[in-house]
Amino acid sequence: MSTLPVEQTLDCRGLSCPLPILKTKKTVNNMADGEVLMLLTTDPGSPGDVAAWAKKTGNKVLSSQAEAGVYTFYIKKTLLRGMV
Amino acid sequence: MSETQKKVALIASRGTLDWAYPPFILGSAAAAMDMEVMIFFTFYGLPLLNKKIDAKVSPHSNPAMPMRMPFGSKDFQQIDWNIPNFISGNMPGFDTMATSLMKETFKNKGVATIEELRELCVECGVKFVACQMTMDVFGFTKDQFIDGIEVGGAAMFLEFAADADIQLFL
Repeated sequence: MSTLPVEQTLDCRGLSCPLPILKTKKTVNNMADGEVLMLLTTDPGSPGDVAAWAKKTGNKVLSSQAEAGVYTFYIKKTLLRGMV
Repeated sequence: MSETQKKVALIASRGTLDWAYPPFILGSAAAAMDMEVMIFFTFYGLPLLNKKIDAKVSPHSNPAMPMRMPFGSKDFQQIDWNIPNFISGNMPGFDTMATSLMKETFKNKGVATIEELRELCVECGVKFVACQMTMDVFGFTKDQFIDGIEVGGAAMFLEFAADADIQLFL
């Protein structure tokens, strides 16, 4: 596993769709622009869902890894221009 | 939000446990993706706005529904129990049993309850509209529903749906 500096971590292991996305959104809402969230999931649908969520909300997935059934995402909160 | 915000218009027309999920899953996920969401509850979807949701599932009306057990070994859980409609439709308490099995399976798989997803929708600002006509027909009153909902008619939904990017009838 890489060792990016993270400001927040969120453990969504064991949770199914759409909970990882909903909890990620809630957590990211309370973070400052540019801060990094480490998200852990086990839902096999989450790599696709996290990527789609990030694309739509403008947040950046810095990296994602899968290891022993656990997905780890590093997500950088990125405010869209014109959106507050 | 910016003018590029996507809009999602959903109609929830069914109130069984299985069909209660899609509007709340899609509604909450869309809101988490910064979309503006309206769910219009009509006909049998209306009870999903009740303070206490009492949704059940019936294998009798879902012929393709796999009947599986939420307990036992992995192999045991993979068995499809072919229950003839004659039994599922006539045995008292069968729907209650099927409902508790489905709820147990969902819980084991980390799926949120309907109430949790509905609460998350409310938190994310999803707009709930109860169909006035159905309320009158089936005798529902606004005070039996959760707080913060609106009551409206077809035109109210269509006005929102007319320039929505996604419209789904569920």
